[in-house]
Amino acid sequence: MSARAEVAAAFDRADKAGAGRDGLNLFISADRAAALAAAEAAPATGLLANTPVVLKDNIATTTLTTSCGSRILEGYVSPYDATVTRRIRAEGGVVIAKSNMDEFAMGSSTEHSAYGPARNPVDRGRVPGGSSGGSGAAVAAGIVRVAYGSETGGSVRQPAAFCGVVGVKPTYGRVSRFGLVAFASSLDQVGVFGATVGDAARGLQAIAGVDPHDATTVDVPVDDYVHAATDRLDGVVIGVPREYFPTSLDAKTRARCDAALDALRAAGATLRDVSLPHTDYAIPVYYIVAPAECSSNLARFDGVRYGLRIVGDGLRAMYEATRSKGFGAEVTRRILLGTYVLSHGYYDAYYRKAQDVRTLIARDFARVFADGVHALFTPTTPGPAFELGAISDPYEMYLSDIFTVTANLAGIPGMSVPIGRVGALPVGGQILAPHFHERTMFRIGFALERAGIDGGVA
Amino acid sequence: VAVTHDDVRNIAALARLAVAPERLDTIVSELNGILGHMEALSRVPALDAAGDGQLDGMRLAPDHGPAVGLERAPASFAPAWRDGFFLVPRLATHGDAGAAADEEHSA
Repeated sequence: MSARAEVAAAFDRADKAGAGRDGLNLFISADRAAALAAAEAAPATGLLANTPVVLKDNIATTTLTTSCGSRILEGYVSPYDATVTRRIRAEGGVVIAKSNMDEFAMGSSTEHSAYGPARNPVDRGRVPGGSSGGSGAAVAAGIVRVAYGSETGGSVRQPAAFCGVVGVKPTYGRVSRFGLVAFASSLDQVGVFGATVGDAARGLQAIAGVDPHDATTVDVPVDDYVHAATDRLDGVVIGVPREYFPTSLDAKTRARCDAALDALRAAGATLRDVSLPHTDYAIPVYYIVAPAECSSNLARFDGVRYGLRIVGDGLRAMYEATRSKGFGAEVTRRILLGTYVLSHGYYDAYYRKAQDVRTLIARDFARVFADGVHALFTPTTPGPAFELGAISDPYEMYLSDIFTVTANLAGIPGMSVPIGRVGALPVGGQILAPHFHERTMFRIGFALERAGIDGGVA
Repeated sequence: VAVTHDDVRNIAALARLAVAPERLDTIVSELNGILGHMEALSRVPALDAAGDGQLDGMRLAPDHGPAVGLERAPASFAPAWRDGFFLVPRLATHGDAGAAADEEHSA
């Protein structure tokens, strides 16, 4: 099929799946006519040739709005493309829509969007995960095979697990963040969803590499992920960190993890029990560091240069009115929390302490990998997707990221692959690897996929 | 350390957020609930500085890149724009703020 035909078919699938505002509510903006025109002008060769893609609404595009799921940027169109957007277009990809997300990527369910919650196509009464829920669900609904999101604490891997698709968070520095609206700069990365491990591999291959516009990208050669496919893992040592299999882990999720570990062993991998002793501190560390950085990054949304402006009595009143009307409850909560932990008298007790413990978490990984472990396997989430509205306590919601935030804190790559279902609901297995060892991660993902592990039910 | 109503008023002012009085109790409760979980970090022994040697000699990338061409001029997305400047309301601390609070002034 031509790119134009592929794009038209993707829009037809979106209509059939009920992706619109009254249905799954997956997209904040989409333009069929513009996408069809872009398809006709797209390169006919490349990693994403003839591939319609969906981008999370915090990745800058000149052709569709970039609202970050927020009222404060409603209708905003970026004057430039993000580097990943440019690379996707250069590889033949056609951006068809910007996907629904938790406001400014703060959330784990895509319920905290100013444009209403997205729904999980597997079970419309449940969340698709978040914050990149719209992108993950678009792949799960079969609308596109490749979609992009962003990761700060698991915002690609967690929705991938909840929706039954592949989700990849690359190493910090592997992919440019130029044009990704900043949430927490020491944690943020662009991530990829794929219908299969191969789709995720070409999605990452298309955007990976150093970028002069982003000083945090690292000039390390990009491995060949696309051709990492294998069904044998002889010589590969996979660590199984005991802290990720607590007694509180959902028993059926545990059963699917055990089946995945059996498959890895059958493929020739050696499994090794390991310990990452500071894991329990990851959520407290994350929810100090990320809000601290967000309170700084989101200071720019004040009604002066772009986005919403609410005129008040003077400049300060304008700032306060604009920000208070423009930001939703979760963003406001995190800005206040971040401002508090950075404020005089509390900085050492909270922020500095969190940074110290973050270093210990990173050292846990470094020690295990230096000990001859090539990758780690864990559950992606403590259980399958929860029902819309089921979690109202903020901290309880934060705990849904408990197995994913460590990779962001340590800067290592991570991947969630479908490992079967608990009843009708998908669950994911997580593969973590050392910095810039995405190829190892993909090899293990390919092996699990080829073992047919996704077909099992607990 | 418990967050107080005054703390919330103070950090809201620092963050340029207006917090409605009827929301104060809820926000104080939420922040205290979240920060209560953070107390676990105080149980972690102080960081041993040894082991950070791998950062020694790390090559730093220049903190600037090539110019970015904009497909649209700022006037197309600025809330208010005149003569090459973003327009904002006059600062209330200016001497004639009372009379001129509604005027717009170039930033």
